[in-house]
Amino acid sequence: MWYFSRRVGYWLLALCSGLVVACTVKNAGSYWLAQQIPGTEIPGNFPVPVYAANQNPPSAEAFTLGRTLFYDARLSRTGEVSCGSCHHQANAFSDAGQRYSQGVLGHIGTRNTPALQNLRWRRELLWDGGANHIETMPLAPLANHLEMGETLANVVRKLNADPVYKQLFADLYGRQPIDSYQFLRALAQFTAALTSANSRYDHYVRCEAGGELTKSELHGLLVLRKSCSPCHSGDMFTDESYRNNGLNHTFPLDSGRAHITGRKSDVGRFKVPSLRNVTLTAPYMHDGRFQTLEEVLNHYDQGVVVSPTLDPLFLQPTGRPRIRLSAQEKTDLLAFLSALTDESFLQDERLADPSTTHLEARPLAAGISSHKSVPY
Amino acid sequence: MLLLLLVAALAFTSCSDTNKEAEPSSNALNIEVSHVVGSAALVLNSATPYTTPAGDNITVSTFKYYLSNFKLRKLDGTEYVVPESYFLVDEAKAASKTITLTGIPAGDYSALTFMIGVDSTHNVSGAKAGVLDPINNMFWDWNTGYIFTKLEGNSPQAPGNHGLLLHVGGFKTPNNAIRTVSPSLGGTTIQIRKDRLPTVHMQADVLRLLSGANTIRFAEVYNIMGAGANAMKLADNYAAGMFTVQHVQER
Repeated sequence: MWYFSRRVGYWLLALCSGLVVACTVKNAGSYWLAQQIPGTEIPGNFPVPVYAANQNPPSAEAFTLGRTLFYDARLSRTGEVSCGSCHHQANAFSDAGQRYSQGVLGHIGTRNTPALQNLRWRRELLWDGGANHIETMPLAPLANHLEMGETLANVVRKLNADPVYKQLFADLYGRQPIDSYQFLRALAQFTAALTSANSRYDHYVRCEAGGELTKSELHGLLVLRKSCSPCHSGDMFTDESYRNNGLNHTFPLDSGRAHITGRKSDVGRFKVPSLRNVTLTAPYMHDGRFQTLEEVLNHYDQGVVVSPTLDPLFLQPTGRPRIRLSAQEKTDLLAFLSALTDESFLQDERLADPSTTHLEARPLAAGISSHKSVPY
Repeated sequence: MLLLLLVAALAFTSCSDTNKEAEPSSNALNIEVSHVVGSAALVLNSATPYTTPAGDNITVSTFKYYLSNFKLRKLDGTEYVVPESYFLVDEAKAASKTITLTGIPAGDYSALTFMIGVDSTHNVSGAKAGVLDPINNMFWDWNTGYIFTKLEGNSPQAPGNHGLLLHVGGFKTPNNAIRTVSPSLGGTTIQIRKDRLPTVHMQADVLRLLSGANTIRFAEVYNIMGAGANAMKLADNYAAGMFTVQHVQER
C-alpha cells in the first residue's frame, strides 16, 4: 500500500506538471475547434488514442452529419430504430434500464446494450470484441435482424435517395454518389467524439477545480485499485481484456469471446467494460442480469460461479473463488463509482438528438472549457 | 476542411483506381481469369451439376474471391510491388475477370505473385471504398474481416436444404486463410514495355478448391461462415494450385 500511494503521488505530480506546460502552448485554432466539436482534445489523464484525430480529421460539418446519422431511424429496415434508440445520452449512450434492447419489428436483442464512450481509445468493440474498428463496427447492429435489420446496400440507397443527405455528403466529400465509406466515416466523426473525461474523479486526478473527493470516495478508489485491478485498471477503468467473471457454470446461449475466436479457452469470456458513468448504465453484465451495483459487488463477494474458464484472479488460497469485500469497502466503492459520473458528457447539447435539442433547455456543457487537456 | 477532403479523396482513389482501364503507354499488364470446373467451363446455376473428384455433385450459384498485393519479379531477382492492387473477381461480372496492373517498370519478368485474400492490415483499418467496400458482401460485420473466397450453390450431398455456403476468410493465427501464390509461367517471361499490353491467361478451377491438400465432402463441410479449421482446409486447397497460368500472350 505504501508503495502504491507513493507511486500514485509521483504520477500525479508528473502529470500535473506536464499539464501546466501543455496549457501554455494551447493555440487559438484548436480551442475554437474544441468549442464546435466535442472530443477533439485528448484529456490529460488519458492514454494515446487508438483512433487518432488525424485518421478522420474532425470538422464541424462532418460531425454534424455523423450526429444526424446516429439519430436517424431511417437507417433501420423499418424506419423504427436509430443508433440513438438504444444508446441514450443521459445513460452514457446505454439503454436506460433495459436488460435487452428492442430492435425493428419488436425483436429483442440478446445482449445488454453497452455504453458508448471514449471509443477513440478502444481497440475492439462489442461484448465479444468482434468488431475491430470504430468505423466498421456499426455494420454489426445495422445488419443484425434483431437490431436494425438493414443491409448496407439499402442504407446507401436510402441516403442517395434523400436530397438533403445527398447535398450534405457532396459538400463534404466532393463526389457522388454517397458510398459506404463516406457514410461510415461520417458516422465515426460522431462516435469518436463521445469523450467522457470530466467526472469529479477526472478533475481530482488532473488537479483541477471541482476535483474534491470525500474520504469515503478516496477509500473507494484505493479499494478499486487493490481489488478491481487489473480488470478495471487505469483511467479508462478497463484493461480491454475478455474475462469470465463467474456468472454461469456453462455458456450454452452465449459463449462470448469464443464466438469470435473459436477457442474453448474463451468460452464465457466477455469484454471488461469501463466503469465510467457506471451508476447510469444499469442493468449490468453482458446479459443485464444485475439491476444494481450492490448486486454486482455482492456477486463478486459471494456469487462467483466456478467453470473451466473462470478468471484465475478470483481464485483464493483457500475457499471458494471470490473478491473479498467488506461492507465498508462496498460502501466506499459505491461512493467512488458515483464520482465517475460525468454530467458535462451526459448533458452536452452537441451530442444530443438534434430533433429534440432546445438551446434553452440546458446550458452548454461546462466540460468543454476544460483547460487541462492536450489538443490533438 | 481541405485536409479532410484531400484525405478522403486519396483514400477513395487508392481503392477505386484498381479496376480502371489501362492506358497502353503506362507499362501495363492484363491478367485474364477464366473459371473452370475440372475440364468444363464454369456456368453458374447450370442445369447439370458438376462432380467433384470425391464424387459429390455441385451446382454453383456464386464464385467470387479477392486477389491482392501483386508482385512481379525480374530474372535478376529484383521485384516490383504493384501498389494498392486489390481486385474482386466475380464469375457473375465479366469485367471483373480482367485484372489490369499499371505503372510497372519496363523489363522482363519471370514470376508473378499475388495474395488470395486481403492482407491483415486492410482487415483492421476501418471503412474502405471501391472493391473493398463492405457493400460487396465480402465482409463479416459481426467478426470484422473480409471473406476472401465465396463459393455458394447446392449439392444433394449437403444436409438440410442441400445449400452450400462456403465463405473462406480469417487473417489471424492460427486460422489465417491468406495465401500467397506464384503460379508457374511455364518458363516464359512477361515483357513489360511501353506501348505494349501483354496478357496473362490464368485459370481458376473450382474443383481445386474442393480437392488437393484436403478432400472436401459436402456431407460434412457445407456451411463455412467464419475463420476456422474448415476455412483453413479450403485455403490450403486454393494455395495448392487452384490458379494456373495457361499462357502469356504478347501484344
